[in-house]
Amino acid sequence: MSFEISVSRRLGDTLVQCAFVADAGLTALFGPSGAGKTSVLNMVAGLLKPDEGRIVVAGEVLFDSTSGTDISVQARRAGYVFQDGRLFPHMRVRDNLLFGSSDDGLMSLADAAEFLGIGHLLDRWPRTLSGGEAQRVAIGRAMLSNPRFLLMDEPLAALDRARREEVMRTIERLRDELGLPILYVSHDRAEVKRLAGHIVEI
Amino acid sequence: MTAEDWAIVHLSLKVSAVAVGGCLPLAFALAWVLARGKFAGKVLLDALIHLPLVLPPVVTGWMLLIAFGPQGPVGSWFESALGLTFMFRWTGAALAAAVMALPLMVRAMRLSIEAVDLRFEATAMTLGASRWRVFRTITLPLALPGVVAGAVLGFARSLGEFGATITFVSNIPGETQTLPLAIYSALQVPGGEAAVTRLAGISVALSLAALVVSEVLARRMARHMGKSAHVL
Repeated sequence: MSFEISVSRRLGDTLVQCAFVADAGLTALFGPSGAGKTSVLNMVAGLLKPDEGRIVVAGEVLFDSTSGTDISVQARRAGYVFQDGRLFPHMRVRDNLLFGSSDDGLMSLADAAEFLGIGHLLDRWPRTLSGGEAQRVAIGRAMLSNPRFLLMDEPLAALDRARREEVMRTIERLRDELGLPILYVSHDRAEVKRLAGHIVEI
Repeated sequence: MTAEDWAIVHLSLKVSAVAVGGCLPLAFALAWVLARGKFAGKVLLDALIHLPLVLPPVVTGWMLLIAFGPQGPVGSWFESALGLTFMFRWTGAALAAAVMALPLMVRAMRLSIEAVDLRFEATAMTLGASRWRVFRTITLPLALPGVVAGAVLGFARSLGEFGATITFVSNIPGETQTLPLAIYSALQVPGGEAAVTRLAGISVALSLAALVVSEVLARRMARHMGKSAHVL
């Protein structure tokens, strides 16, 4: 099992609750805006602490409220791709890509640049990139951090149709060629149907 | 400009530079605590830091005299532990300037720390960065325009410091007589108008230069960050 997740967390007046078990490949969390999909991703990443529950990814227990296990964000090694890319504005693309990288990583900078087609962008500043370019750099940054799994929060939402297609193909290749478990948040039914092997409604 | 004028300008710049350099780490630490900290008494700390801004400067100077004079609790410690005295010395002028500049510096830095998007820090942590690395590579660089702005504001404020200085360290030519104090002295002397005009002109030029330099610096630093930063 790549993901075994059962968490609940109260945020103000809403209770975010989610439980599922999923196999390898891409698992989509699907549901309307405001349902708490991003909160679930944050809990898996270690940025938000569940009130109670258990999070197991690829056989490793990241959080368990009964045993008191809570692996730190840094040690979870989630490759988190945010909706808005969130490239560091004061670093060039190269430094963004290398921010979380280590020598024993999954792939080198050159490999990632080739895989994502961003080799010509390395010396640019994030503010000069198009939405699709920024999102591919964000995916590259997550991949170079030597992740054990990927979390993607509506990575296509801020893009126009042509860019969506370009990033969608990248995600399909990630899914098929790297073999990392991917947890993918979206509210777009067509997108989820095309990408996901397993759909969790929330 | 006469040689005497140059000496006054030199002393003023030295006093201001030492004042700002000396209290920069403290100002940043206080700004950090006020921006990020959650503790009881935060409002009181905030008010204490801002006190010199609203207190009559003569009161601030008098309190420095009590605390940092040779018999004062803090002053006697500095003298015995570090061999540092403040009374009637240029170091005392720098201390007075630092206390008066501190609120402005803390204010500017606090705003810039509060403006740092916490989501960038969270992103860095998911990429494996420790708290210290997040501070060094994300928070500090993003807050830097405000830190520079605060330092320059503090410097300009120090150049103009008068009331607390004259109360604490008096008006001694060559030791504590900075630009404003020299202008004050020249005003007391019959026929001193020419000197007043010269020194006042220098004051305006220095303050203006400090503000323009900081604005240019802040803009240059903010250019890559997709947001605007202004000192003025």
